[in-house]
Formats: sequence, structure tokens, C-alpha cells
Amino acid sequence: MATPENKLAFSGGWEYDPAPQSTDHITLNKRYGLFINGDFVPPARGRYFDTINPATEEKISRVADASSDDVDKAVKAARAAYNGAWGRMKPAERGKYIYRIARIIQERAREFSVIESLDGGKPIRESRDIDVPLAAAHFFYYAGWADKLEYAFPGRTARSLGVAGQIIPWNFPLLMASWKIAPALACGNTVVLKPAETTPLTALKLAEVVADAGLPPGVVNIITGSGVAGAALVEHPGVDKIAFTGSTNVGRMIQKTLAGTNKKYTLELGGKAANIIFADAAIDEAVEGIVNGIFFNQGHVCCAGSRLLVQESVADEVIAKLKDRMETLIVGDPLDKNTDIGAINSPMQLEKIESYLKIGREEGGEMHQSSCRLPKKGYWCRPTIFTGVSQSNRIVQDEIFGPVLAIQTFRRYDEAVMKANNTPYGLSGGVWTDKGAKIFKVTQAIRAGVIWANTFNKFDPTSPFGGYKESGVGREGGLHGLGAYVKLGA
Amino acid sequence: MAQTVVNMPTRLPDLSNVPAVDEVGVNERVARFQSRSIKKSSKVEALKLILSMIDLTTLEGQDTPGKVRQLCQKAIHLHAAMPGLPHVAAICVYPTMVSVAKEALAGHDINIASVATAFPSGMSTLSVKLDDTRMAVDAGATEIDMVISRGAFLAGDYRYVFDEIAAVKDACGDARLKVILETGELGTLDRIRKASMLAIHAGADFIKTSTGKIVPAATMQVTLVMLQAIRDFYYETGKMIGMKPAGGISTAKLAVHYLVMLRETLGNAWMTPEWFRFGASSLANDVLMQLMKQSTGVYQSADYFSKD
Repeated sequence: MATPENKLAFSGGWEYDPAPQSTDHITLNKRYGLFINGDFVPPARGRYFDTINPATEEKISRVADASSDDVDKAVKAARAAYNGAWGRMKPAERGKYIYRIARIIQERAREFSVIESLDGGKPIRESRDIDVPLAAAHFFYYAGWADKLEYAFPGRTARSLGVAGQIIPWNFPLLMASWKIAPALACGNTVVLKPAETTPLTALKLAEVVADAGLPPGVVNIITGSGVAGAALVEHPGVDKIAFTGSTNVGRMIQKTLAGTNKKYTLELGGKAANIIFADAAIDEAVEGIVNGIFFNQGHVCCAGSRLLVQESVADEVIAKLKDRMETLIVGDPLDKNTDIGAINSPMQLEKIESYLKIGREEGGEMHQSSCRLPKKGYWCRPTIFTGVSQSNRIVQDEIFGPVLAIQTFRRYDEAVMKANNTPYGLSGGVWTDKGAKIFKVTQAIRAGVIWANTFNKFDPTSPFGGYKESGVGREGGLHGLGAYVKLGA
Repeated sequence: MAQTVVNMPTRLPDLSNVPAVDEVGVNERVARFQSRSIKKSSKVEALKLILSMIDLTTLEGQDTPGKVRQLCQKAIHLHAAMPGLPHVAAICVYPTMVSVAKEALAGHDINIASVATAFPSGMSTLSVKLDDTRMAVDAGATEIDMVISRGAFLAGDYRYVFDEIAAVKDACGDARLKVILETGELGTLDRIRKASMLAIHAGADFIKTSTGKIVPAATMQVTLVMLQAIRDFYYETGKMIGMKPAGGISTAKLAVHYLVMLRETLGNAWMTPEWFRFGASSLANDVLMQLMKQSTGVYQSADYFSKD
């Protein structure tokens, strides 16, 4: 197709009325303590902080700000449970508890999805259809492994590690908690989990589920707080393993802290994935893939397809279609069932994204944003693309963690692979072509932990996830995810 | 092969340029349209728009002039209990019933669509198909719904299919031509996309999924692929082509999903009966029932709605 010259009109005319998800079935406390040894307890120093709805800037609740004393208490509770009931429990029994958690999450799915959207700003469509079902799926999947570890590692004996300290980010709060807690429990460990500062609520709700499921006290401890609590957890001598998901900078600090200690660790860090579109791809579906790659969860996705490499003969067509598709994306109230792009998670993150928009323009990139209206209150960013940028630009190099796509073209296969690999990251990638052979050629040439072909951002508990290079160490999910929570003997 | 016809387009499009279609991706996109929640006034507006886009259809061997007259009455007065409703876009009948419909619809702004070209199989010669078309147009049809020769298309004889459509278009005169691809017989979405482009380039004013005589008839998947072909043609030429899914759309909810798909694929310009139609016989009553429910709060018995 030649360069599209005729524009479609998407504004005005028939529009969708608001379709807000009801919040009547939600109960949230005014204040939450720390979940230690099976109970919610006040923090040692009595400090709390607000958690804010990023779509309205209103306070939702107050949560405890854990100090190092609280961390110490949680780790000791986890150690006692490990040395006690949980450590002595038969694996099949352990599995039953994990299944129970999975089923309760399913039963309370609507409650979880609404709270996830309230606290984090993500559209209810995503929390309802992706985050919460996947969270339950992870518990179901790992529950099945609990009494089958000898089959997971044939000829070896798999022993639990002890106490796992887990620190998770704000982009998929419940899902990341599930990714971390489920395999740890299946392998017989106990955990101390610290959710992100801006999104603590679904983790605290998960603590309620853990209590309802009747897990012995101390097996799962959830402590809210800032980076101070996270650092205390990493440094605590009673922790046998650290699992961290977050930025590469914090990952580096953790790795430094852990050097020379006996602690195992897995780090799932940043990314700057390339989505590669060849001329023979199914173009309209590829455009959908670009949209899912970069605008899913407001672009707050470590494996987001934040760079687009498109073959030059179809570049104009792809960009024109992408711009038209962006006009149909609905930005606004995360609780509206029709919302495609919700609120930016925090004012800090919005500021960071906006600084990159400025950098991109100053570096000479051509910025295009959809023309959608934005709500007056809250933190918002329109879906944004940059064209006319190159490998030397910061918006091509840095992880922005927002709905911002950097578009480059390529002529030959080698050029696409060279550009895709020319990044310190290596978490994910995408390839779009109608030719099977080309898919295998490209996926073998790209250094990234997960590469999707003719789709993007697909997750499944059976599939391992993790990065090359500065995107991290170790794998989560699937059989590989078990390896991170056991020590193997002869 | 095609006989010589004047004013016939001859530029067979390069179908190797037609983009590939990925079925998994199409299914995902359709699922997104179906997850849109259409409520309150946007629902009422959609339901009324759907009514105005219906080609009220009867295509049965047992059709009688009486049945066609009845249907025409329904086309004019959809539901007496609800004043202010739009009328449907067209009546769709066999060529022999066109004159009956013309008389019954006299003085009303409702199109008379007639199937032609050896509907539904298309298994006849071009000269018979052209006679069929002229007969319908002469009797008063303002729209012609033709079928393509699926055998020739599947055999790869695109030139034959192209010339045939162009010849029928020429025979249509001022009547608008809807080209039925009979997607249920084409087998793959790739072929549907190619057939759409072929029909558009050969002179179709509308492209249409199905005759209603073959299962599967219209699906959102094939309709999306055809809308994408219409979009590509518009991007390239600025010319609008209409779309008509037909067969199998019998509920208001499904029809609303089609409107969502139309709006998010082609935009507002297509959201009129001039550019989008539903080929359906039972859809109207379900839409009417939903509209009554929106205004009264309760569902009424199906017996309150005329079955014609």
C-alpha cells in the first residue's frame, strides 16, 4: 500500500457512555498494620503513610511504614514458621494450602481487580481480565508442584532454602506478589514480602486471603513501607534468598549488598524491548501488537515493547495506522469498563515520563500524541510516539516506563537485529512476519529472555520469565521458577 | 469469459500487495470490541442506528407477494407502540418480488434491494447473471446484491471474477451494487481479504459477507477483515465503500458489538445506513424488544412484536 493520505475521523458522533465498575462490594480499612505471624500488628515506631488513588489524587487508606525492627520481627516469624509447622508439613499438605489461596483469589476476583485499579490506576479491563486471573493461575500452577519436586529435578534432591525476602514493584502488585509467593511456598520456604510504596493494598488483601486459607502463622508475612524497609530486608542476616523485581539501579545496589553473603537471589529488572515488524507481517494485527506492547498498563511494564523497528517499505503505512488506532484508545477513569489506558501510577512517575517527552523533543524527535481529553485531576499521559529518532537518543536507550514508543525503521534483517540487540537490556522482544523461518532466525539472534512472535505481552505460569544482560538474573515462572527456591543435592 | 461491456474497469489490482491476515490477532481484536460496555443513552442511540441500518430480508422459495407486502409494512412501521423510530434502510427480496415491493413502498424513502446473478450459488453464465440483474433493476430495484463466482475465485481465476463484477456493476446502472463474497465458502481470512480488494476494485459499492444460505454466515472476524480492506482502499483513494454483514446476526447485543467494531475501525463517517447495513430477518424484533426494555424497564413478551 502506498503512503496513506486520507484520514479517518474518530471524534464526535456516537460515543460510549461511562460504564463504571461498581465499588459497593469493596471493604477497605481506614488503616492497615503489618501482617506478621498471622496477624495485622501496628508498626513498632507507629508510623503510617497514605496510599493515594492516582486517578483522583484522593487518599484511599493509610498503611504502616515498617522500620528495620518490624522487618526483624517479620523475618523471625518466618524463621519460626520454617523451623516449625511449615517445615515439618508433608509436601502434599503444603500444596492444599496453596490451592486454597488460588481458589479464594478466584472467588474474590472482582474485589481484587477493583482494589488493584483503585490503588494503582490500571484499567479495570486489565486487572479483571489479566492481573487477577493470572495471579490465581500462578498459585494453582505452583500448588501442583508442591509434592512433585523430585520430578522437577530428576535424580537430585530439592531442599527448601528457608526464609525468602521478596520485594515487588508497583506495576503489577498482586500478580508480582503471586509470582513470588507461590513458588516459594511450593518449595517449602516461608516468606517476607514487601509491596511497593504506592500500591500496597492488594498485597494486604492477599494477607487476608492467607489468613482465611488457614496457613500457619508466619509462613507469609507482608510488610509495607519504603525503600528503607526493603533495604533492611535485603541486609537481614536471617534471610536466605532475595527475590526482587524493579529498576536496574536498585537491582545493582541489591547485588552489591549481597556480594559475599550466602544468600541466593533473583533479580528481574528493566527492559527496552524492540518490537520488529517485517514488511510481510499481517500489518493490521501488528499494529494491535504495537498497541498492546507499549500501551498495556500505561507502559508500566518491564517487558514493554517500547522500541518499534519497522521495515521501511511499510513504515508509513504502519505509522499511519498506528496513529489512527491511537485515536480510538480511551484514556481515563481506570474503573470504567471501556478505559484502555488508565492513570500514571504516581506523580513521581508522571514527572519522569514528562521529562523524557521533553528530552525526546529536544533531541530532535518528532512527537505525536493522541488527541484524547484528559481528566482534570489525577496523573495522566496521552499515548505518545516518537519518530525520527535513532540509537543515540536517550528515548531509544532509557527505560521510560510510560506510554511512550520510540519508532525507528530498518532496511535489512541484520540492521534490525543489530539495533534490537544494541541495548544494555535483554528482557523481551517481538517479531512480526508471516514467514515461520524468519521467526526462528530472528528469535535466535535476539538476546532477550522472552520473545513473542506475532503477539506481545502474553504471560502464562508455565512459561519462564527473566532477562539477559542488565535485565536481571534468574528466571521466574514455570519449572525454572522452582529452581530459584531450592537447593539441589545429590 | 466476460463479454465486452462498456465503462468497465479493467485494472485488476495486484493482489500480492494485499496484507496478510493473522487469525489469532483478529480473534483478539474482536474480543476487545466485545468487551466494550455500551450502556444508557449510548445504547439507545446504537439500537436506533441499528434499526435504520437493517436490510429487512426475505429470501425463501416459499415467498409470496403477500409476505413481501407484509414485510414492506413492517419496514415502514417497525413498531406502532413506539413512535419516533427510524425505518429500515431497505427491503431485500428476490428479483420476481421487486415489483411487489416497489408498489408497497411507494412514497417511502426505503431502498429496494434485490439479490441477483443466480443467487445464492452463482452457478450460471454471465449472460444469465446480467439478465437477472437488468430484470431486477428494470422492475425497480435500487440496490443489487450479487454473488461472486466462488469456484473461479478459489481456482485462482481472479480476472474472471473481476470482469464479472465489473460487468454486473455496469448492468446495475444507477442501482448500488453489493458484492457478496460468501465468506463461509472462501475458507481463510487471507482469501477474504483478497476477495474484498478484488470486489472493491471491480466496482463494488458495498461488500457483503454472505447469502445467509451457507453456514458460517457473517462473523465479526470476517467482517473485521473486510472493514480493514475498505480502510486500506480509503487510505489509498479517499473513496468510501460500504459494508454489509449478513446472516447470523439476530441479537441486539451482537449488532451493538458490530457497531463498536465499525466505529473503531473506520470511524464516524461510516456510521450511517448509507455505508453500513445489517442483512437480517429477525434482528429488528430483538432490537425493538431491547428498546422497549430501555424505556419501560421490563422485557415484553415476543408476542407484542409483529412477526413478518
